[in-house]
Amino acid sequence: MAITEPVYVAGAFEHPTREAPDKSTMQLHAEVAKGALDDADLKKNDVDGYFTAGIPEYESGLSPLIMADYLGLDPSYADTTDFGGSSYVSHVGHAASAIRDGRCDVALVTLAGRPRSRGQATGSGARDIRTVQDSFERVYGATNVGMYGMAAQRHMHEHGTTGEQLAEIRVAASHHAQYNEHAMYREPVSVEDVVESRVVADPLHLLDCCVISDGGGALIIVSKDIRSELDRECVEVLGFGEAIGHHDAGRIDLTRTAAEQSGSRAFEEAGLGPERVDYASIYDSFTITVLEAIEDLGFCKKGDGGSFVEGETLRAPDGELPFNTDGGGLCSNHPANRGGMTKVIEAVRQLRNEANPEVQVDADVALAHGTGGSIGTRHGAATVVLGREDR
Amino acid sequence: MSWEPRPVPEPNPETERYWAAAASGELLVRECLGCGLVYHYPRALCPDCFSEDVEWREASGRGEVYSYSTARTMSGWPEEDLPLVLAYVELDDGPRMMTTIDAKPEDVEIGTRVDVRFVDTDASDVAIPVFIPVDD
Repeated sequence: MAITEPVYVAGAFEHPTREAPDKSTMQLHAEVAKGALDDADLKKNDVDGYFTAGIPEYESGLSPLIMADYLGLDPSYADTTDFGGSSYVSHVGHAASAIRDGRCDVALVTLAGRPRSRGQATGSGARDIRTVQDSFERVYGATNVGMYGMAAQRHMHEHGTTGEQLAEIRVAASHHAQYNEHAMYREPVSVEDVVESRVVADPLHLLDCCVISDGGGALIIVSKDIRSELDRECVEVLGFGEAIGHHDAGRIDLTRTAAEQSGSRAFEEAGLGPERVDYASIYDSFTITVLEAIEDLGFCKKGDGGSFVEGETLRAPDGELPFNTDGGGLCSNHPANRGGMTKVIEAVRQLRNEANPEVQVDADVALAHGTGGSIGTRHGAATVVLGREDR
Repeated sequence: MSWEPRPVPEPNPETERYWAAAASGELLVRECLGCGLVYHYPRALCPDCFSEDVEWREASGRGEVYSYSTARTMSGWPEEDLPLVLAYVELDDGPRMMTTIDAKPEDVEIGTRVDVRFVDTDASDVAIPVFIPVDD
């Protein structure tokens, strides 16, 4: 598991759109790819590795072929691992491995989707029976928010966590979002606003849920040799870990996530611990997703997440653990219902001093964590630790 | 009462006996004779040890609510089936299974004792296990 060669994030681009009725999803993929290449000052023909997950609007599993064809890529390495929203954090780690193996030197990661333009509503869920598990879950009306609601309910039961404590997470995200001109919801909210908003799946309220937005993002990961040819400030990939949490044959624990494993693997590879993290992007499909990840990544003890997030802890720039300074999925953007990409992008912005000035953290080490799928059934967890080159 | 128009299970060779048993009023779990694991949902090989020496066992049908979440509105879900109390029930036989609790939301909390009931579907060999609160 030893890292032999440094690998860098050289380009990061978040599409400014949050609603794109007049664009195709493929077009958004191309636009973000172009944006990330421009950011890195690289050309399309430099790309020899390509990473994406499923294309939400297509049933086809042939996304590497569809995408390489559409984008006109000629990759020597492709990976379309699909863990849901955490996929794009995983892709950073997978790209680092492929680069260290000599399979490619310039890896492009893209995400795009248009759930808002397609009319998706908060709290709605798929009903199709496809996998074997669907027959044991979807028949009961298991929506994502319902499953995260069950996780929150159990966490409250075991640890005394309150709705007001969960609300603190949204409050901090909204505080950051006010400085993001592209955020969907820029108005700061209070704890009362959250707990008095409509209950979607108890104990989760509407403001405990992420936005539904169109958009996308892209990353460029490069080898040491390529990095040496670039003038752009780059960010080093210090450590990566991933894990899968699931139903475990009937022993599912709704209060714990696979962040316990992905986080410890990433920290071990980076050779540092959570106390060294200056800024954290933490997947925020729902407030409970953040709370459990904070505990599982080791920022506080299991069960103490509620008291940990009270007050100014998560607020940039001076909080103990400034998080999601773009406003996160809760307030800014959750393109394609997949928030892992924007988690990495904001961590890169922080380390390059390119966050919005009011929320810029003095950060040498940043973490981006993704939770894909559902912690109520099965989920992917992916953690990447990033560092400034001059740290 | 029938389950439709809610989505219905699609039985496969590993699960058809589970659904057929439900249609005759029995809740089945799987028990591995190799390692002793009692598990849900049904699989032909034990998910702990990959033993193929696995038996069906009738569960008592009793258990308690491990967690739950109530949806009062849900797009595409029949109005008469709302509010929907989605839950994990921990069976007295061991595993936690996702289900719904057929009760008023205010009568459900974590730890509530429940017993299984079966709701018919349009298919005679498929019924769906749900739970109701009981005193015991």
